[in-house]
Amino acid sequence: MANELKVPTMAELFAAGQKPEVLFWVGCAGSFDDRAKKITKAFVQLLNRANVSFAVLGTEESCTGDPAKRSGNEFLFQMQAVTNIEVMNAYGINKIVTACPHCFNTIKNEYPGLGGHYEVVHHTQFLKTLFDDKRITLEGGQFKGKRITYHDPCYLGRANNVYEAPRELIRKLDAELIEMKSCKEKGLCCGAGGAQMFKEPEKGDKDINIERTEQAMETKPEIIAAGCPFCNTMMTDGVKNKEKEGAIAVMDIAELIASAGDL
Amino acid sequence: MEYLSNILFVIVLIAGIGFFARNVKRLSRNIKLGKDVDVSDNTSQRWKNMAKIALGQSKMVVRPIAGFLHIIVYVGFIIINVEVIEIILDGILGTHRLFAPLSVVYDVLIGSFEILAILVIVAVTIFWMRRNVIRIKRFMKPEMAGWPKEDGNLILYIELVLMTLFLTMNGADYQLQQMGAAHYIEAGSFPVSQFIAPLFEGMSISSLVLVERTAWWIHIVGILCFLNYLYYSKHLHILLAFPNTYYGKLVPKGQFKNSDAVTAEVKLMMDPSADPFAAPAEDAEEPAKFGASDVTDLSWVQLLNSYTCTECGRCTDECPANQTGKKLSPRKIMMDTRDRLTEVGKNIDANNGKFVDDGKQLLDGYISREELWACTTCNACVEACPVSIDPLSIIMDMRQYLVMEQSAAPTDLNNMMGNIENNGAPWPFNQMDRLNWAKEE
Repeated sequence: MANELKVPTMAELFAAGQKPEVLFWVGCAGSFDDRAKKITKAFVQLLNRANVSFAVLGTEESCTGDPAKRSGNEFLFQMQAVTNIEVMNAYGINKIVTACPHCFNTIKNEYPGLGGHYEVVHHTQFLKTLFDDKRITLEGGQFKGKRITYHDPCYLGRANNVYEAPRELIRKLDAELIEMKSCKEKGLCCGAGGAQMFKEPEKGDKDINIERTEQAMETKPEIIAAGCPFCNTMMTDGVKNKEKEGAIAVMDIAELIASAGDL
Repeated sequence: MEYLSNILFVIVLIAGIGFFARNVKRLSRNIKLGKDVDVSDNTSQRWKNMAKIALGQSKMVVRPIAGFLHIIVYVGFIIINVEVIEIILDGILGTHRLFAPLSVVYDVLIGSFEILAILVIVAVTIFWMRRNVIRIKRFMKPEMAGWPKEDGNLILYIELVLMTLFLTMNGADYQLQQMGAAHYIEAGSFPVSQFIAPLFEGMSISSLVLVERTAWWIHIVGILCFLNYLYYSKHLHILLAFPNTYYGKLVPKGQFKNSDAVTAEVKLMMDPSADPFAAPAEDAEEPAKFGASDVTDLSWVQLLNSYTCTECGRCTDECPANQTGKKLSPRKIMMDTRDRLTEVGKNIDANNGKFVDDGKQLLDGYISREELWACTTCNACVEACPVSIDPLSIIMDMRQYLVMEQSAAPTDLNNMMGNIENNGAPWPFNQMDRLNWAKEE
């Protein structure tokens, strides 16, 4: 990593009397998980490269409450939501971008009912607009002709009908996008949603991430692309389980673009 | 004596429709046992969904083979109802082929009914083979054992018999027309049953009339019986698919309802002027129960969902938990909800209109905790349902009950929730370290 990351916080900008174009909601995984932190950094590199005026909440950010809500703790969810909304409304935030489909879904769909009204976009949608506006450009690059398969995160795809933005970004890499047998509306869960990430799976024949990894491997990919830190973890574990980590890389779309742009 | 058959017909008709009306009343009473929800919004979008999904079968064709066969049976069913109107009027008035004066139009009508009838016979046969010979996986799941399997087959047999009777009736009629029998005016076109007619060659007019009348009577009585069988069968979807798609979820699939009862509590907690030690007012309502443990805790839309379920199993087929051998089957969630609701309804009927506690409930009695915790909330089941059923909403309501009323989450989840409460993250990291990634190499 050549360039140092520029990561302004809302508090700093606010003190300087400035307001960013967009709030980057990092999320718990993006903040704390070692693998997901790499995705966070790759996305920030792209934001820096495109000269996007953005800020993060930093220590003022807290869990959106998604895993609490989906495990049935509506009370804890609403406490989290109301606290986060208070912070964001105090900063007068209008637009939010996040690399986590769970944060994306919760803030976009469930916060408005509790007083949090924002324009929320997923980082793949945001990156696509940066390309559309020519704020980022790509020519060729190391992924040209590579076989990439894309795993649809449930909370981005089925839950919110975002299927095209991530695929368009993969096509910009001049890569060969190969679809799995279950994709888009029929995409198979990675196994982490609904707070499953934080518990052992129920008894069964196999784990869901193994099933999904097998589907991905049927496409003989060099890279499995994901758009969710949890999917990324589940698929990485699946690939390791199949002892294919030398041959197949699991990468977030932001990482693909950042690597292709040689940032 | 002349009017005996007319009178008999009217009695049979009134009895058939009367029983049906009684069942519809029970059905609606049971559905209304659910909590009230406001679904009066977005009427134009709701009508559109009903037209597209129920009338237009848009989600059936996602699976082309079953979808195509289903459309044949569906169109056959709708069109044949025009014929049923004629049969009913003939039965009441003592006429024969009342609509015959429509001449060419009538020929086309009868001709198309016949073609559809034979197509339905073909489709129903293939459906039967899929269930009993090819044994398609989703029809062989544990929840399909017993009555659900019999019910599925029974419907196919009834349809087969009804269509055969219809064609037999027409074949005999056609033969009678050729023989110039009185009462049997020459009318209609018989592209299929004309091939049945030769079977009747050599029979006397009176025997033929007997065949025709017998087929006619069994056909219409069969239809009335079928109408009343609906209440006891998954076949209710032919009626309920319409309201169910109308009342289906309109917001994004990922948007789970924020509980109003919880919002009220949270507001109170966040209100600095609220007195945490204040005793509740004397006339205060009993605090609302969080989540659902029995069918009466669910909304009437969720209960309507359960009656609409056709047990096709497309939800279960797409469910990642089920695909990997876990106990959860979204179809079973719907069937259990319906079974329990039926049981509650019977209890009310047996106790003069009041539910008497039977010591059972949906949770544990029908749906196990293991099933509920296996769900990844991925919405595959919701996407897959051809009639806008939302099994996930029931799973979520029951999880809410487990967590907020019983504190009975799996230990790992309790740890996760504790972390969120204390550190603002599902992992035990300090909130003050949230920005460390920006400084790390």
